[in-house]
Amino acid sequence: MRKMVRLVSTLVVITSAAWLTACSNKPVTKQEPTAMAAPADPKIVAAGKAIATGRSQGNCLACHMIEDGASPGNIGPPLLAMKARYPDKAKLRAQIWDATAANPESAMVPFGRLKVLTDDEIDKVVEYIWTL
Amino acid sequence: MRLTVMGREIMKKILISLAVLALTATGVQAGPEEDRMAFVKYYKAKFPSVPDKEYANGVYAIDPVGRENWEAIEEFPPYEPFIDAGKEMWEKPFANGKGYKDCFPDGPAIQHHYPNWDKKQKMVMTLPLALNQCREANGEKPLKYKKGPINNILSYIAFQSRGQVVNVKVPMDDPGAVAAYEEGKKFYFTRRGQLNFSCASCHLQNTGLKVRTEILSPSVGHVTNWPVYRSKWGTVGTLHRRFSGCNNNIRAKALKAQGRQYRNLEYFLSYLSNGQEFNGPGARK
Ligand code: HEC
Ligand code: HEC
Repeated sequence: MRKMVRLVSTLVVITSAAWLTACSNKPVTKQEPTAMAAPADPKIVAAGKAIATGRSQGNCLACHMIEDGASPGNIGPPLLAMKARYPDKAKLRAQIWDATAANPESAMVPFGRLKVLTDDEIDKVVEYIWTL
Repeated sequence: MRLTVMGREIMKKILISLAVLALTATGVQAGPEEDRMAFVKYYKAKFPSVPDKEYANGVYAIDPVGRENWEAIEEFPPYEPFIDAGKEMWEKPFANGKGYKDCFPDGPAIQHHYPNWDKKQKMVMTLPLALNQCREANGEKPLKYKKGPINNILSYIAFQSRGQVVNVKVPMDDPGAVAAYEEGKKFYFTRRGQLNFSCASCHLQNTGLKVRTEILSPSVGHVTNWPVYRSKWGTVGTLHRRFSGCNNNIRAKALKAQGRQYRNLEYFLSYLSNGQEFNGPGARK
């Protein structure tokens, strides 16, 4: 059964890698969050932004369009309307900690699992990404 | 769910055989030719307007903006001085009076003979390795494999060989050759490094997409244009230098240039380009 699931996910990747492109080209309108959340500490958000957009650490811009970040790649979808799409912050954190858990063929770096970023750095990145 | 090593293996097998099944609709076990066809069809589906022959131009087959720059650069090719220096190397006798010409009587247009399976030495023979074996047999020190003068002689040979067609053979009746090909293929599909990429992550799964500003090239055509003058390097470098670079970028330890693993990778990668024209030396960003 698990084999089957993998097979299907592979099929999706190999035959329709176009969805990646499709995703990244889809215009997404920024929405106000539906759930009211406590405002994040601006210092933490700023630290998260520095990690996410800097080349040496998160380098999320290598693959994602983020706000006005310079020369973004498009391997992953644009990071927009995150609160609306990830009402559960833990899910967002899980995606960043190890994207291959949800999608074994994901090209996204498993930042937590392979210790590219520390837990603390990931927490900061999550706070920043959640403001997008 | 974390994939076990076994799981990864299965994954890779499925990935390639699935590509074959989905794209060629044959049930044949994946051999080199089936692999190549699967890659070709996959890229064709992704880039329907790109003519087959264009793949020899690497990323410029699929990047019209980069291509304009590249064509401008090709008007005054930055690799020209290296071709001239290589011609001198080719002509100049070794200390013992012999020279490359004695090792390669058909030369210098010999690019299309490499890489090949060397039955006697039971290993994949590449052009740089053959050149160094010639040197050592004549009492000369071997050249370094990534930077320096090896690129001169490789530039000269590549230039003289322009228009030849990649024609790599994997003798299926030789288990050593098949194993070498398979090891190269496995290397290509194995994720490595702290950033967890395989060659396939970038050059198969995400070909055509951008890492920052760099568009990812297809692997068909990866071997046709070497050595390459890279603006980033400010000089000409070898294919194995590029392998190291791509390995370093994902924080994986680069392996030894012309060691077994990179030679086997070259064997697999070159087979994928069968039918493409050699057009080296090349110029890249
Ligand atoms: C090498 C490419 C790459 C890098 C680097 C990368 N990502 Fe991703 N990301 C992807 C891909 C591809 C996806 C699509 C889903 C998947 O495959 O997991 C994705 C999906 C996501 C998602 C889910 C988006 C959605 O629409 O649901 C989030 C959130 C995300 N990435 C955040 C980040 C953050 C934060 C960083 C940096 C710390 C980062 N990514 C770095 C490739 C990358
Ligand atoms: C993180 C992404 C990434 C990974 C992983 C990666 N590469 Fe690359 N590679 C690039 C980029 C970016 C370039 C430059 C643009 C281009 O030509 O694709 C490149 C260029 C190349 C080139 C030069 C092509 C030319 O025409 O000059 C070769 C050959 C190559 N890669 C082979 C490999 C091999 C073999 C592996 C695995 C060992 C690998 N790459 C892994 C990103 C990657």
